[in-house]
Amino acid sequence: MSAAAISACPACSAAPSAEALAKAALPQDVNVVLSLPTIHCAGCIAGVERALLRHSGVVGARVNLTLKRVNIETYPEVDTSELIAVLSEAGYEAHELDAGTISATATDKAGREILTRLAVSGFAMMNVMMLSIAVWSGAEAATRDLFHWISAAIALPTIAFSAQPFFRNAWIALSARRLNMDVPISLAILLAGGMSLFETFHSGEQAYFDAALSLTFFLLAGRYLDHRTRAVARSAAEELAALEVPRATKLVDDVEVVTAIASLAVGDLVLVKPGGRMPVDGVVVSGHSEIDRSLLTGETIPVFAKPGQDISAGEVNLTGPLTLRVTAAGEDSSLHRMADLVAMAESARNKYTSLADKAAQIYAPGVHLLALIAFIAWLFITGGDVRFALNIAVAVLIITCPCALGLAVPAVTTAASGRLFRKGMLIKHGTALERLAEVDTVVFDKTGTLTEGKPVLINAESFSAEAQQIAKALSKGSAHPLAKAIASALSDRGVCDIEVANLREVPGYGMEGMVNGQAVRLGRAAWVGGDATSTTASHLKTGDAEPLSFLFEDNLRLGAQSAVEALRTQGKSVQIISGDSEAAVASLAAKLGVGTWMAETVPQEKAEAINSLTASGAKVLMVGDGLNDTAALTAAHVSMSPATALDAARVASDIVLLGEDLEPIAEALHTAQKATRRIKENFGIAALYNLIAVPIALIGLATPLAAALAMSLSSITVSLNALRLR
Amino acid sequence: MEMLAYLIPISLFLGGVGLLAFFWTVKSRQYEDPDGDSQRILSDEWDDAPRP
Repeated sequence: MSAAAISACPACSAAPSAEALAKAALPQDVNVVLSLPTIHCAGCIAGVERALLRHSGVVGARVNLTLKRVNIETYPEVDTSELIAVLSEAGYEAHELDAGTISATATDKAGREILTRLAVSGFAMMNVMMLSIAVWSGAEAATRDLFHWISAAIALPTIAFSAQPFFRNAWIALSARRLNMDVPISLAILLAGGMSLFETFHSGEQAYFDAALSLTFFLLAGRYLDHRTRAVARSAAEELAALEVPRATKLVDDVEVVTAIASLAVGDLVLVKPGGRMPVDGVVVSGHSEIDRSLLTGETIPVFAKPGQDISAGEVNLTGPLTLRVTAAGEDSSLHRMADLVAMAESARNKYTSLADKAAQIYAPGVHLLALIAFIAWLFITGGDVRFALNIAVAVLIITCPCALGLAVPAVTTAASGRLFRKGMLIKHGTALERLAEVDTVVFDKTGTLTEGKPVLINAESFSAEAQQIAKALSKGSAHPLAKAIASALSDRGVCDIEVANLREVPGYGMEGMVNGQAVRLGRAAWVGGDATSTTASHLKTGDAEPLSFLFEDNLRLGAQSAVEALRTQGKSVQIISGDSEAAVASLAAKLGVGTWMAETVPQEKAEAINSLTASGAKVLMVGDGLNDTAALTAAHVSMSPATALDAARVASDIVLLGEDLEPIAEALHTAQKATRRIKENFGIAALYNLIAVPIALIGLATPLAAALAMSLSSITVSLNALRLR
Repeated sequence: MEMLAYLIPISLFLGGVGLLAFFWTVKSRQYEDPDGDSQRILSDEWDDAPRP
C-alpha cells in the first residue's frame, strides 16, 4: 500500500513529490497488517491509531473500519507481537494477518476500473440525455443537427472507453465460437452508435446516442454490483486464510529461529509447542505428546506420539513439546497433496450452468434472429431502402433491453448475499446461491461441524467425592483438552480443592502426584493400567485401587439441533458421514434424530458416498470442516464449512459460516430459494417489456424516446424487485 | 437561441470538472473505507490542521 493511503491527508497524494520524499527518507519500512475484529466506532479508530503511534517503532498507522484492519508501517526491527501487545493493553483485540495472503485484495484495481468507466458513462449519459430532451421536445433543422453532433462528440469516445469490458467479453466468446450475453450487448451499442452517426451525417431525425449510453451505464452498474459482492466475499475469505500466519520454529544448532513455513526443507528440525499445529510432514525426533488428528480424519480420540512416530501436517500437538525432522515440506506435504486432489477433481460448480447463462443461450440468438428478420422484411417492403431497414433492426436490438437481463441476476445476488452476510454466511462462489436453492439432501460431517470438537465430561456424578477431588487437583495442572474438561466440569459441581504433592505432567501420558501418601495418576489407559475404551476417556488410578474411567462426549455445536430440525421441516433429507467411531456417531445421530449415518469412513469413502447420492438424483449440500471432508465438499452439488475449518476445507467450499452457530444453514436454503425465484421473476419482467416493445419496434414505430423509457423502466423494476429480498 | 452557444459549453465544462474530481477521488483511494470515513468525521482530532 502506498504512503498516500496511510497518511490521512489527501493533499499528500495530490503532491507526489512529498510522497516520494517521505519514501526516500525511510527506505526500509515494513508493512504489517493486523485484524481488529472488535473495532466499531470513531473512538476505536482514534484509540488504535494513537496507541500505535506512541510506540517508538511505528512510522504510520491507518485503520480501515470497513475491513476492520489496521495497516502499520514500522521499522524492520519491530516485532509484530509487540504491536499486538500494545493494542491489547489499550483494550483492542488484534490478530496478525499474513501480508502475502491478503495483498491480493489490498488493491482492488478491477473495482476501481469499473467504477471509473461507470462514472464516465454516467456523466456522458446525463449530458446527452439533456440534449436529447431538447430534440424530443421539438428542436428542428440546424439546432437538431447541432445537438446531434454534440451528442456524437460526447457519446462516441465514451462508448470507446466505457463499453470495453463488454467488447472484450464478446470477442472472447466469439473467438471460442460461443454466444454470450455480451455479444448482443456489444452489437446493440456499436450499431446504435454507428447508425446514429450515419443519421447525424445525413441530418436524420432520430439518433440513439442516449440509448447507447444508458445501455452502457445500466449494464456497468450491474457489473459493478456483481464485482462488489464478490470482492467483499473474497476479502473476507482471504482474511480467514491470512489469520493463520505460516510460520514455524526451526532449530538451528539448538537455537530456536522463527521462519516462514515455505522456507523449511527436508531434514530440518522443527519445534512444535503444545497447542501448535504441525506445519509439515515429519518424524518425531524427541519429546512425548498426544496429537489431535480430528481435522484430518475426524477421530476425536487423541493419538499418542513418541520418537519415531510419523506426523502429518495439519495435526495439532496437545501436551508436550515435540521436535520433528521434516520429511516433506510445502508442495509435497500431505496437506498439499490433498489440496491438489481436490483441485484435480472436476467440481460440480464447473459443470453448473447458471441461470444467466441459460437465459443468454435463449436470448442472444433470439434477438439476433429477430433483428435480422426485421431488416430483411423491411428491405423487402420498402423495396431496398437499406437505411430505413437498418434503422428498424437497430431499434429492435436496442429496445429488446438486455439491460434488464444484465441487471436481473447481479441485483438479486447482491441483495441475497448481503442479507446472508449479515447472518454470518460468506457466499464465495457466484452460482452458489442458485445451486443451494436446488438442494434436497444435506450431509453433515460430525467432528468440528455438528459438534464443537471440544470434549465434555459426562459421568462425573458416578465417582466418589474423594475421586472427584483428586481428579480435579490433578487435571488443573495440565493444558490437555481432556484435563481441562475434567477441571471445568468438576469446578461447576463445586468440588473442593485438595493438596497434591509432587504434581507433574508426563507429556503424552498424563498427570501424576501423591495424595495422602498414595501415588495417583490421571491419563492414558495403558499408562494408568486401565482398559482402553471405545469412546474418549481418561483414567484415574489411586494407589492400588481399580482405575476409574472418566468418559467424555463431544458437545453439540450451537444451533445444530435446530438447524437439523428446520431442515427436516423444509423436507430435506439429513445424513451424517463421519470418520469417527461407530459408537460416537450413533449416539449423536440418535440425539439429533438423524436416521441415516455412516461411521469410520476414510476421505475417499466420503466422496464416494456423495457421488452415489448424486448418481441417484439427489442434489447434495455437504457441510464439513476437516481435511478428510475436502474431497466430499468438492464432489457435492454445493458445500459449506465453518470458519474454524482447515484452510483446505474452506477453499473447497462455496459458503463459509462465519459464526459459531449452525442455525443460519436452514435460513440460507430458504433465502437461496427466494433469490432464485426473484431472478426468474426478473427474467419474466424483462420478457414482458420485450413482449410490448418488440412489436412496436418491428412495425417501425419505435422512437429514441420509447427506447429510453423502456430501458429505464425495466431496469428500475428489476432492481426494485431484487431489493424486496433485503 | 444564441444563449445556447454559451450555456452548452458551460454545462459541459462544469460536468467535466465534476468528472475529473471523481477521477481524483478514485485514484486517491477515497472509496476504500466508507465506514471508517463516516466515523472519522466525528473525531475532533486534526480539526485545526490536517494530519502531517
